[in-house]
Amino acid sequence: MSDQVGTITWISGPVVRARGSRNVGMLELVEVGTERLVGEVIGLKGDQMTVQVYEETAGMQTGAPVYGTGLPLSVELGPGLIQSIYDGVQRPLPLIEAAMGSFINRGARFDPISREKKWKFSPRVKVGDEVKGGAILGAVMETDTLEHRIMLNPDDSGTVTWVAAAGEYTVTDAIAKVKVGKEEKSVSMLQRWPVRRARPFTNRRGANIPLITGQRILDTFFPVAKGGAAGIPGPFGSGKTVTQHSIAKWADAEVIVYIGCGERGNEMTEVLQEFPHLVDPRTGRPLMERTVLIANTSNMPVAAREASIYTGITIAEYYRDMGYHVALMADSTSRWAEALREVSGRLEEMPAEEGYPAYLAGRLAEFYERAGYVDNLNGTQGSVSIVGAVSPPGGDFSEPVTQHTKRFIRCFWALDKSLASARHFPAINWLDSYSEYIDDVAAWWREKVGKDWLTMRNRAMELLSEESRLSQIVKLVGPDALPYTERMVLETTRLIREGILQQNATEAVDAYSSVEKQIRLLELVLYFHERGMAIIKRGAPINLIHDLPVVDTIIRAKSTVTNEEMHKFDDIQKQIDEQMGQLDAEYRS
Amino acid sequence: MSEVTVQGGQEVVGVGRIEGPILVVEGAVNVSYDEVVEIQDSRGQIRRGRVLEVGEGFAVIQAFAGSTGLSIDGTRVRFLGNTLHIPVTEEMLGRIFDGLGNPIDGGPEPLTDHYADVNGQPINPTARIYPRDYIQTGISTIDGVNTLLRGQKLPLFSGAGMPHDQLAAQIVRQATLGKVAGAPQTEGEEFAIVFAAMGVKNDVADYFRRSFTESGALTRVAMFLNLADDPPVERIVTPRAALTLAEYLAYEREMHVLVVLTDMTNYGEALRQISNVRGEVPSRKGYPGYLYSDLASMYERTGRIRTSKGSITQIPILTMPNDDITHPMPDLTGYITEGQIVLGRELNFAGIYPPVAVLPSLSRLMKDGIGKNRTRDDHPRWGAQLYAAYAKTQDVRALASVIGEEELSEVDQKYLKFGRAFEREFVNQSFTENRTIERTLEIGWKLLSMLPKKELTRVTLDEIAQYYKGDDASN
Ligand SMILES: Nc1ncnc2c1ncn2[C@@H]1O[C@H](COP(=O)(O)OP(=O)(O)OP(=O)(O)O)[C@@H](O)[C@H]1O
Ligand SMILES: [Mg+2]
Repeated sequence: MSDQVGTITWISGPVVRARGSRNVGMLELVEVGTERLVGEVIGLKGDQMTVQVYEETAGMQTGAPVYGTGLPLSVELGPGLIQSIYDGVQRPLPLIEAAMGSFINRGARFDPISREKKWKFSPRVKVGDEVKGGAILGAVMETDTLEHRIMLNPDDSGTVTWVAAAGEYTVTDAIAKVKVGKEEKSVSMLQRWPVRRARPFTNRRGANIPLITGQRILDTFFPVAKGGAAGIPGPFGSGKTVTQHSIAKWADAEVIVYIGCGERGNEMTEVLQEFPHLVDPRTGRPLMERTVLIANTSNMPVAAREASIYTGITIAEYYRDMGYHVALMADSTSRWAEALREVSGRLEEMPAEEGYPAYLAGRLAEFYERAGYVDNLNGTQGSVSIVGAVSPPGGDFSEPVTQHTKRFIRCFWALDKSLASARHFPAINWLDSYSEYIDDVAAWWREKVGKDWLTMRNRAMELLSEESRLSQIVKLVGPDALPYTERMVLETTRLIREGILQQNATEAVDAYSSVEKQIRLLELVLYFHERGMAIIKRGAPINLIHDLPVVDTIIRAKSTVTNEEMHKFDDIQKQIDEQMGQLDAEYRS
Repeated sequence: MSEVTVQGGQEVVGVGRIEGPILVVEGAVNVSYDEVVEIQDSRGQIRRGRVLEVGEGFAVIQAFAGSTGLSIDGTRVRFLGNTLHIPVTEEMLGRIFDGLGNPIDGGPEPLTDHYADVNGQPINPTARIYPRDYIQTGISTIDGVNTLLRGQKLPLFSGAGMPHDQLAAQIVRQATLGKVAGAPQTEGEEFAIVFAAMGVKNDVADYFRRSFTESGALTRVAMFLNLADDPPVERIVTPRAALTLAEYLAYEREMHVLVVLTDMTNYGEALRQISNVRGEVPSRKGYPGYLYSDLASMYERTGRIRTSKGSITQIPILTMPNDDITHPMPDLTGYITEGQIVLGRELNFAGIYPPVAVLPSLSRLMKDGIGKNRTRDDHPRWGAQLYAAYAKTQDVRALASVIGEEELSEVDQKYLKFGRAFEREFVNQSFTENRTIERTLEIGWKLLSMLPKKELTRVTLDEIAQYYKGDDASN
């Protein structure tokens, strides 16, 4: 079905030029060389086309053919995506391994979604129903808990002329027929969608429900909303991947899309080996049963790395369209930007900053714009939240990718090298980070958790910035020069830092904090502060507060009190009352 | 791995342009990208090169040995029709090769029909086994707080004049399969060693050779040497040739292989030079934009796969220009490797060996190879506590330098003492001292015991009860 459209005239790494037909389309998928490696047309000039090739081009020759397909680069969508692991252009890595062994060879072609597997389909429409694009025609259970809703292609609409009876079908079997205009279209559970085109929706809604991640510094201090976009920049080894893994594990999303974009092979293996054994606290099922992995590691072809981001976001949008909350992790967007730069460099395009092409900002904007909390075409609501890691050279946030990313996200989690070296994890700097969703999600906390989160959160932030000011003074003159009231602030902020902000991702109890636990910890620390301050103001020396045994108890509570043992916080509060009460009595007179 | 026979391909007489190590050959047809060529000068001498770019009727070639002595008309280029392959066999252990994999020890060509592409192929992430077995190096700053696992890539970031070679040699000499603390010390499983030198001086290569000889390891070592006076472009191939052999030994012969690459900074310079000659758009400091991918194509050739018991562990050595860790070479390396061991100038001045700067050092895989049933239950928290305490020491030192030691609080004074002892007793050890893991843990607890219990919030109360030896009697 593919005709030769050109002959290769030039090869440089992943970029190939060919001469031939003038009818090849921009962004058309082509097959390059005798091995028919997959590529995409990224430039046209007269009879000359420029192609980025998604596989290694070593050994390819000038004079070899290029074949057209007439189709844009697309992904396959349908039941079977969940628990898959794909490369950047949706090739299933387990099948590649089965066919080729431990190393990835060229020319692999496998269906991304199994054609053999049968799914138990139940129809949701009947003959005669008018259906619009995105309409839910039926459903299958993709896992024990996830209902996969079979939707009409967003571009079609018409009248249902036939529906399959409930029963078992493969993804290519017809499950309905829809009369679109004059034509009767047969619909299966499989659809293809061009990755570079955002899937349509009816309406964007405000993002005011937090994506709960179980990470205290995120949920309590710098929340991202469902449908929001967050960036997590940081130098190497500061915790981008660990944080993204934690979010992928614990976020209250129904589907997780994790894109390993130009990063380490071992990190993908870690997810693959760990997720099937971790239990989703909400469904009681293995975490893998809500996860789709895209792995285009740093040693895999660089053009496919560029595509991986689009492959991932399209899959995320597809589940959003079913009415689900989807969280997408991209680690690292910098490697994706570098892939753009590498291809652009080979094309000898005019570089803008640091060799990046001038369209870098535009591409970043397009990507983050695909996040959102929306009304879907079929009337359901769903969201795609994006968390993008950024790896700035030398840890310098003034570089182009970090700077442009900042324009398109509303939540910035700034990782800090010095915190990481002191093993303060997550090494997210609370003074450099921000979230623009704080006011938006405050109502949710009031209604769902029943606490005045906003006031407490702001009070804690106040104390932390006060600490930063005080520690400048301490650096110059030592802590003894500070009045006790200010040293009380430092006592409390130590509790905030060590007891709340620090969270060990590798420790079972600490790795995930429920919102109830988070707010209760914060409440306790602030309570400690108010009571302590009152005593200090009556003239008690600071060391009496410092030496209270409850200080240690509070710092350890994050890992000694599980999410199920909320009553234990009442005990801790009692200890504060008892120990402070004694001091209070002493200094009252 | 594929077998190749070198067929005589087309030959072109005369080149169009020579610039640095780059030749542009005109009139060649159907050239393959990345194909190997033989370049013959007017006196009949042959050197090798490879194709960097092909266009209609022209090919851009990089000559590994540079272009000295080549002329426009007197040069013949023969296209060999295949990418660069080297022979791989177990017999290469105990041998010495040049930077392209040719024997230079006077011995014969390795006898095998197994040839492998020096570029290798990416390991499928689904085929990997996540590393979990630690390697006991006998060095506290590594085993204790930056544990190295089999299948990990952990570079040494150093600077000119620091003892990175000694440290690497000591690791290679002492490395054995790690054991649970308290388990009897058995004869350690031995590693095969693949050593690649890029642009280092002859005495460095000699130092390693002597060290391997003294420890009796020489028969288990294959050395690939591209020394300071060897052609710089060849350096692009040297680590790849070494890793190609390592992959064969690990994945087909099921051996545990330690790969030492030194000095990757010289490698980077060679890459930069070629890129500049070609007029490519630079990213930072003149390095090409693809430096990250290029380095990853080597560093990622580390690990374990499910079909073999073997493993590849990489220890690349980099000297940081001006001790600058944000320089593109250490920076991009750090973004790819699974941690880094950083050597510190100040510790080195203070006569501490090995001068491992603990705070900026990191082993990312450590968490998966230590703790209960691997080293000892308290190890992870003990490590975090040592880090936290030593980090605090730095703050106290800064404060002391402003207000004077006498003005410090009692607790802060204890931190100062802790810091000094940490450097002298934990970090410092002799070049021949091979500490067991329990010894390392013991020293750590002894040091932590210098601090009040209340400061030790990273370890559990039970652990304090069991291991704390200080005179703080509270709780
Ligand atoms: N929340 C955490 N709890 C415990 N350890 C952590 C945490 N976050 C980070 N770490 C530690 O920091 C190390 C580095 O983190 P990570 O691999 O996420 O860095 P990164 O920012 O992704 O680096 P790179 O850019 O090189 O990929 C981890 O291996 C782990 O030891
Ligand atoms: Mg990372």
